[in-house]
Amino acid sequence: MTYAAIFITYIFISNFILTQFLGLCPFIGVSKNSESAIGMGMAVTFVMGIASIITYLVYHFLLVPLNLTYLQTLSFILVIASLVQFVEMIIQKNSPALYQALGIFLPLITTNCAVLGIAVMNITEGYNLMESFSAGVAAGIGFTLVLVLMSNIRERMELHPVRKAFKGVPIAFISGGLMALAFMAFDKSLLTNLLG
Amino acid sequence: MTGEKKMVLTRGLFKENPVFILMLGLCPTLGVSTQVINGLGMGAAVIFVLLFSNIFVSLLKNIIPNSVRIPSYIVIIAAFVTIVEMVMHAFLPSIYKALGIFLPLIVVNCIILGRAEAFANKNTIGDSILDALGMGVGFTLAVTLIALIREVFGSGTITLMPIGSFSGVIHIPLLYTYPVRIFSLAAGALLLMGYLKAFFSWYSSRKGGTQS
Repeated sequence: MTYAAIFITYIFISNFILTQFLGLCPFIGVSKNSESAIGMGMAVTFVMGIASIITYLVYHFLLVPLNLTYLQTLSFILVIASLVQFVEMIIQKNSPALYQALGIFLPLITTNCAVLGIAVMNITEGYNLMESFSAGVAAGIGFTLVLVLMSNIRERMELHPVRKAFKGVPIAFISGGLMALAFMAFDKSLLTNLLG
Repeated sequence: MTGEKKMVLTRGLFKENPVFILMLGLCPTLGVSTQVINGLGMGAAVIFVLLFSNIFVSLLKNIIPNSVRIPSYIVIIAAFVTIVEMVMHAFLPSIYKALGIFLPLIVVNCIILGRAEAFANKNTIGDSILDALGMGVGFTLAVTLIALIREVFGSGTITLMPIGSFSGVIHIPLLYTYPVRIFSLAAGALLLMGYLKAFFSWYSSRKGGTQS
């Protein structure tokens, strides 16, 4: 797959939230206002890109030579947890402004299934190092896109009368479902139309 | 069984159902609920991991230093997830394939880490086991319910384990010929979850209203 194809696939065709159901917790939890949605999206994209590279290296240069591939899940989650901690420390030290924006979202990312999801997917899809990185960043961008769209919808919905039982989470799910219907327009034919 | 113990066991089923009330573990719930058998398989895997992680967290609660407790819990959970993965790969290859990426993702299922953090590290082993069983069965019920609705309407079948001469697939006459396809698509899962959640919040608010 070319890099353009990877980007289109992970942003639109198999969007992490709307078609693969990865990262639904932040999709519901952090989509109440668009500022925090952007912050969360950026933090996730950043961590997913780096995590893709590091888990690729761990898998191909540590687990495969030592015949320990069954430890994949265990080692990946440890790598991601320590990576998130490490990134948090670096950002805090070097860029207080960025830390202000992303700080509170970083601890939440360890338990975001999208990050572990892309790490496992890179291995099962057999991507090389650069492809893994692109897939990670692309999936992060797709996640951000849907999260920001959703937060805008929910901000507008605040002003509209919604039946009591549907307030909050239920209506968010229903709007998400309608968005997923719209995203169904992006399928494999998009790739062939755009890239030939 | 005293009333309090009974409460610990049963509250995960309805009152504090992890999926519909606490809104935890949503990704696997929607991701694997395409066939009833996948829902049951996922539920069994989660019950196993939840049970043993709760037991071990409860046993080790005085040994694990407070500052590194979350990483320690994650390692305990990941170890049991690896066991489940290997057992399923060996004995139930079709379910292993169907669950796919959601099997390793049990590690980051918020229900399990949530119960370790909120319950098992403060309570005795006995209570932790009851809590794990209640929450695990509550999760299984929720996943199976969603899977049942999606499969019956989306493809007009109910897929269970093949036993003997029974192929494991029940066909529903009219819906099998004219299925409501949207239920088996991703969009249908999100819509259904929204309506179910609305139903449960309506139901619990109505019940709360009559009690007070």
